[in-house]
Amino acid sequence: MKGSTTNAPVSAARRLRRWPARLDFLQSATGLALGLFMWVHMFFVATILLGKDVMWTVARMFEGYFIFGRPVYGLVSALVATIATLFVVHAALALRKFPANYRQYRTYRDHIKEMKHEDTTLWYWQVVTGFALFFLASVHLYIMLTRPDRIGPFESADRVWSDLMWPLYLVLLFAVEFHGGVGLYRLALKWGWFAGDGHDAAGTRRKLRFFKWALTGFFLVLGLLTLAAYMKIGIDHAPFYGQHYVPGAAATTGVTP
Amino acid sequence: MSSVTDSAPPKAAIPPADAPKRMLHFHVLRHDPQDPVSIPHFEVFELEEAPGMTLFIALNEIREKLDPSLAFDFVCRAGICGSCGMVVNGRPGLACRTLTQDLPAEISLAPLPAFELIADLSVNTGKWMRGMSERLETWVHSLGQEVDLARIEERMDPELADRIYELDRCIECGCCVAACGTARMREDFVGAVGLNKIARFALDPRDQRTDQDFYELVGNDDGVFGCMTLLGCHDVCPKQLPLQTQIAFLRRKMVKAGL
Repeated sequence: MKGSTTNAPVSAARRLRRWPARLDFLQSATGLALGLFMWVHMFFVATILLGKDVMWTVARMFEGYFIFGRPVYGLVSALVATIATLFVVHAALALRKFPANYRQYRTYRDHIKEMKHEDTTLWYWQVVTGFALFFLASVHLYIMLTRPDRIGPFESADRVWSDLMWPLYLVLLFAVEFHGGVGLYRLALKWGWFAGDGHDAAGTRRKLRFFKWALTGFFLVLGLLTLAAYMKIGIDHAPFYGQHYVPGAAATTGVTP
Repeated sequence: MSSVTDSAPPKAAIPPADAPKRMLHFHVLRHDPQDPVSIPHFEVFELEEAPGMTLFIALNEIREKLDPSLAFDFVCRAGICGSCGMVVNGRPGLACRTLTQDLPAEISLAPLPAFELIADLSVNTGKWMRGMSERLETWVHSLGQEVDLARIEERMDPELADRIYELDRCIECGCCVAACGTARMREDFVGAVGLNKIARFALDPRDQRTDQDFYELVGNDDGVFGCMTLLGCHDVCPKQLPLQTQIAFLRRKMVKAGL
């Protein structure tokens, strides 16, 4: 078989052996898509900091309001279903890398302690935050999937404050930003992105690490400010729980847009 | 957490000649697996630091003056043979290339994990490397050609020869395997040393194996797809091999071959 370049049909065994490549590629591709979505999502959510009308406009945009003249919530559910599918596939593939038993877990923990090596330690925290995301992100995705009509300045704020989702969102924010930031950094190193001709791999890695921490810091600050904004609106809007936001009609709720 | 580069240990300033000499304490892991009553334990040896002292020199001094039974490996004393790999203050490195002046006064020495322990600081890296080499067939495959030792070799582009030589500088010391979290958890993982070998033969025009053939060897979770890009290998490699870029190169190549 060595050096063979024949056009003979690929054997079933060889086809089977192709799966590790596909799974590895798929794990990276889903991770990349989710990581980039995480950042874009944060920008959309953070539009509340620019005002309720801006956030309302963004939310309606995803519902096709400005195309169909009415909100089509199915569009939001479809987007959430796509993200949820990517999330499940990514989680299933990433599970392959988790320590398989206590011996492996213990060995890795001891290894971290001895080596004091940043990228080795970061992987452990990537696993921990990934594990947390199984539960935290699932809750958020399910709510978004089933209640796409409850996305808006008041609707989201009610969910955050009156529905007591803010503790979950607070932990989710740290878990997702850390996991995604490290994941994207590792993807770049894993596939050799931004490495140029490879002669300054250490320099590339240093820059990537700087950008990773800078972006994680930026999105954590943005996320915390955004969460605080929704909490504030949620507190003020609690007496009117369930009421939809109508641009320009906020005076009736007693809450300033 | 460690420094930004993670690779080189912090360099201590060279002390002036009249500076007071430090007393070094070597905490050496002692164990003889052949001895049924031997229990792994750390034994402390005290030595006065000498200018330019390496761990290799210190260990020899310990063996000559303090304990002749101390077991450790060395051959070349120049970072070429790869025999004296050990874990120094938690990180794998070569004893002959590690200056004590770059280390604190308390120095812990342990055998490289992931390899069969012979005794104390001596491990059987050769057995592991041979197994890896046989498994990955790390030699030039000249398919269907009679090997004629009298024949002059084909000319090779000097730039390509340099690239191959760069990867061929691996001394199989085992530091990359000991520093790899994946290899520590999963003993079948071929490690950076194995992946570097494949990258080296994939470059070599004398090796007639195709990417599909290399895929058969490392296109799995014990091979390149098992690598989690922790890069401990890259940061401890005493020969500063470009493992980070080579493993990325091999991953791209193998995904292309496998998709």
